[in-house]
Amino acid sequence: MNPLRRAGARPGPAFTVTLDGREIEALPGRTVAATLWAAGVTSWRSTRGAGRPRGVFCGIGVCFDCLVTVNGRPNQRACLVPVRPGDEIRTQEGTGHDD
Amino acid sequence: MTDRPRLAVVGAGPAGLAASLAATSRGIHVTLVDSAARVGGQFYRRPAAALGALRPQALHHAWHTWERLRDGLAAADSVEHLPDRHVWCVERRSDDFVVQALLGPDQRESESVRADAVLLATGGYEKVLPFPGWTLPGVVTAGGAQAMLKEGLVVPGRTAVVAGTGPLLLPVATGLAAAGVEVAALVESADPRAFARRAGALAALPGKVAEAAGYTARLLRHRVALMPRHTVVAAHGERRVEAVTVAALDGEGRVEAGTERRIPCDTLAVGHGMLAHTDLAESLGCRVEGLRVYADDEQRTDVPGVWAAGETTGVGGSALALAEGHIAGRSIAARLTGRAPDPREWAPAAKSRRRLRAFSALLDTLYTPSAHWTDQVTDDTVVCRCEEVSAGEIRTAVAELGAGDVRTVKLLTRAGMGWCQGRMCEPAVAGLAGCEQTPARRLLARPVPLGVLARAGEPQEVLGGEPRVDRGGEPQEVLGGEPREDRGGEPQEAHGGEPREDRGGEPQDAHGGEPREDRGGEPREAHGGEPGVGQGG
Repeated sequence: MNPLRRAGARPGPAFTVTLDGREIEALPGRTVAATLWAAGVTSWRSTRGAGRPRGVFCGIGVCFDCLVTVNGRPNQRACLVPVRPGDEIRTQEGTGHDD
Repeated sequence: MTDRPRLAVVGAGPAGLAASLAATSRGIHVTLVDSAARVGGQFYRRPAAALGALRPQALHHAWHTWERLRDGLAAADSVEHLPDRHVWCVERRSDDFVVQALLGPDQRESESVRADAVLLATGGYEKVLPFPGWTLPGVVTAGGAQAMLKEGLVVPGRTAVVAGTGPLLLPVATGLAAAGVEVAALVESADPRAFARRAGALAALPGKVAEAAGYTARLLRHRVALMPRHTVVAAHGERRVEAVTVAALDGEGRVEAGTERRIPCDTLAVGHGMLAHTDLAESLGCRVEGLRVYADDEQRTDVPGVWAAGETTGVGGSALALAEGHIAGRSIAARLTGRAPDPREWAPAAKSRRRLRAFSALLDTLYTPSAHWTDQVTDDTVVCRCEEVSAGEIRTAVAELGAGDVRTVKLLTRAGMGWCQGRMCEPAVAGLAGCEQTPARRLLARPVPLGVLARAGEPQEVLGGEPRVDRGGEPQEVLGGEPREDRGGEPQEAHGGEPREDRGGEPQDAHGGEPREDRGGEPREAHGGEPGVGQGG
């Protein structure tokens, strides 16, 4: 049973956000990280040094591995930031300031 | 405004909530400052309100305890909850305290709350020791998987392995299985024979043993392979984890050659215990013993006016946090109204505290990472996830450059100098350097924008409880991280004072309480977890 059904969720209407221009569906109340997980995405950053993929690690705002660019602002912790209708989420390359 | 004495509670987990209720019912005005949108901390992290969960308890444990806390809070007339506040500093002035918090989620503005006393109930976070492949997407902390599940009602994949050591692994594996994930194996490094040898002591808390047995039964029903005295040797994959290799441990804690098995999975939830957030206490000058904040029988730190409760004074679970928080709240209420408290008033909570601490100490001796975990850490394994420092670089710093402690390794390699300020890699660096992990002495509890810092030094007018907003922050991000020479366009970081040496600013989450529970044979929840019942209150 999926977790939404398990908890008897009756979420508000879904809305659309984009990840690197691709539309994905989001539920109100979820964070950016939860939205991306639900869309089957587990990495949305490449490291500054080796360019390795990263996503959620600690899930509670401590590790900063899940940094992402949302609406042009880089270095936001995806596990803390609530998703909003129309958000433009972008994979963050390196520091997020190079592009 | 109120004429009542004012208490600021940092962290709205079990400890902070129990303290708030105990204090406010005895005439104290409480300002409850917490980083999350809703109270509960990690243990009682609940589905986001907009998800409309009709059965929020389905993924929780000890829900009736939560209901008591929630109802108490609803009835309290003098608790002001300030959500989405990430506390970065508590300043002690001549006759009061000022709590400085960044407003989330942007964290570009800061707010101040004045109080006559402060309770630090900042909880903890999970410790994870490195192994090859641990930075791959899909490898998450056990508590992180649980936190995302509890709040976002979401899981990272279809097939998971849960691994490491500690009472948290049981509820995490059970929760993932209940949420529809196929849990291929629960890999625990602890040796069941050690539990058998301490059966008598474990029986002191029969409820916890029964709880552990209940989790185990549910895992067996879900056909989860239980693999005690095993460890994950490596995670494999290119863009995300695709499989893990697990192996048996011998009596000395070394991997037994020839026992390696590859298990396909798209998720590895891993954890090796919990660490306390001690940063705010350290910056206030509170005594820290080992990795926990010292507190006396009333939960007072050695700094007048500062109390501490829950994981920050030693990881022990939500039930222990509730007991400590309750005692702290009563002590604070008495002290702020000029009375010497009578410990007989909280004798039941003190008794719970004593038993739960003893139990927690026992579990700490049973749930231990494999003794030779560093053997599995190849030289090319990234240890500092932020600064991408490898085990080989750390070993070179130790063997060839003479580094004998975490701070020197940091100076030589940058390990621990990034965004997380060493929270994730410190235990590993200490293990590789062959030294004890010591408090990191972070000056700021989390990354703070430069503009906010600049204003923090100005004369402030902070009114009691009415938080003052400082718009200091330009989008200037400042991370706790140190700039690396090569990063070109990085924003100017202000490390909170972090001199490139040690300290740095870090976030501490006031996620108030962590999970924990009280472990019992149990699961202790870490982030959020489950267990625990609380007496205390």
